[in-house]
Amino acid sequence: MLNSSLKQFSTLLAAKKISSAELTGEFLKRSQALNPGYNAFITINEETSLNQARAADMIIASGGARPLTGIPIAQKDIFCTKGWLTTCGSKMLSNFISPYDAAVVERFNAAGAVNIGKTNMDEFAMGSSNETSYYGPVRNPWDTTAVPGGSSGGSACAVAARMAPAATGTDTGGSIRQPAALCGISGIKPTYGLVSRYGMVAFASSLDQGGPMAKSAEDLALMLNVMAGFDTRDSTSLQREAEDYVRELEKPLAGLRIGLPKEYFVKEINDDVARAVEAAIAEYRKLGAKTVEVSLPNTKLSVPVYYVLAPAEASSNLSRFDGVRYGYRAPKYIDLDDMYRKSRAQAFGAEVKRRILIGTYVLSHGYYDAYYIQAQKLRRLIALDFAEAFKQCDIIMGPTSPTVAFDLGEKSSDPVQMYLSDAYTISVNLAGLPGMSIPVGFGDKNRPVGLHIVGNYFTEAQMLNVAHQYQRVTDWHMQMPAGSQE
Amino acid sequence: MSLSLDEVKRIANLARIEVGEEEASAALAQLSGIFDLIQQMQAVDTSAIKPVSHAQDLMQRLRPDIVTEVDQRELFQSIAPQVEAGLYLVPKVIE
Repeated sequence: MLNSSLKQFSTLLAAKKISSAELTGEFLKRSQALNPGYNAFITINEETSLNQARAADMIIASGGARPLTGIPIAQKDIFCTKGWLTTCGSKMLSNFISPYDAAVVERFNAAGAVNIGKTNMDEFAMGSSNETSYYGPVRNPWDTTAVPGGSSGGSACAVAARMAPAATGTDTGGSIRQPAALCGISGIKPTYGLVSRYGMVAFASSLDQGGPMAKSAEDLALMLNVMAGFDTRDSTSLQREAEDYVRELEKPLAGLRIGLPKEYFVKEINDDVARAVEAAIAEYRKLGAKTVEVSLPNTKLSVPVYYVLAPAEASSNLSRFDGVRYGYRAPKYIDLDDMYRKSRAQAFGAEVKRRILIGTYVLSHGYYDAYYIQAQKLRRLIALDFAEAFKQCDIIMGPTSPTVAFDLGEKSSDPVQMYLSDAYTISVNLAGLPGMSIPVGFGDKNRPVGLHIVGNYFTEAQMLNVAHQYQRVTDWHMQMPAGSQE
Repeated sequence: MSLSLDEVKRIANLARIEVGEEEASAALAQLSGIFDLIQQMQAVDTSAIKPVSHAQDLMQRLRPDIVTEVDQRELFQSIAPQVEAGLYLVPKVIE
């Protein structure tokens, strides 16, 4: 049963084969048993989740069920959740019981979904390995000596280990797609502006975007139906008509033009990853798709541009953590300024401090034009590359990550090496495009490989169709790590 | 490009983060590596390109100037480090 799709869970609930309280209880039991080994959850509130499940059972009994009613969903601990500890993986918020719900949480509540817990993550979503969390690293369920990826590592691990049927994530430079790839699950970062950022702790606001993580594209479509929507409380939320992301899933792929950027298939990719990605593309050809070579000439500038823009925005966003209105305050200080300095020094981890310092520097007098403005200009060139490529193809494919999951501790002392592991995903955030990752096999040490699928703006339904058609003829997305078998 | 130790201390001060000598030296080495990476940007001539601030080049929305929030002061202050009589307490600023 653990491997069921969201639609199957919904059918079981509707047929009264199982109640939401029983289903939630099963996943809670499993999460509590597996969490000491994986560290995927920061908070589990059994009673709160079960109460929500009982309320969902009443809705189901009254005939008012919607597609996710009664289904347990894990929430990344970046989403403010009323009455729940919401830490964002930081000591700074280690005492923060959120007084309100994020828009995403409100939408899941309105859909009758059950919050099964808050998942671990890199501190303030800054990291690619989940090793920067104040609550300790998450383990990759396929190999507990490997990282799960980050920053949504807890969500990826929870779904991969079947501790939750699906989860939410956020993606600023690859934080949904890279952990999805490394943990062998599916995840989509929608077009920037589709999912409200209200109540989502801000990292780099012009890049941050929430999205779903699940076993399959079909599950992602149902999740996205709940998550996407206009919100006046987010100044960059896009005012568009609601879409049904399930509607195109069954469309055949005949004639689909897949663009393969020549800059993606270079020596930086490991052979094991290249093999799995090429096999997936061969499968797409069998499904009737054609491939064309495209070029994204400014690809190599994405990482430098990102590490100016994201820290710049982070240094501004994180200035709100001052120990005055909420969060951590140092126990001893001389004056107000000393209180700020000590509170921030004691409660931010090394990676967060590093990015605040980079951001402060590139925004400071005399450097603003050379760094910040230059990066914003290059951001346009990167977006234009994609616009040019999409004249020749419908969708772009490549590897999500140049390697399979690396070992815990392998890159944690070298920030530059860590940053380069997101080389393929970052450009998509800079362009504001939708991107997703689906599992397409295994590489070295039997660790999962992800296929990166990038669509044009607002083509999520088509991307989910492309992913779903592959998942109809393959079963990588159905495979479970050995340590998580029923 | 290379940063100096004094520059690291200056930006830490601007960012209101206390750093000790040892931490500043460690930060210097790592930040220098990151700035070497960032430096690749300078090779591109961008004089004719307009900077991007939003992926869709959107304008800010306007809304009627009406009150939309309800008063939740007690709830919000219940999680504050130190409050008194409905006010947030901080160390004395004016002598």
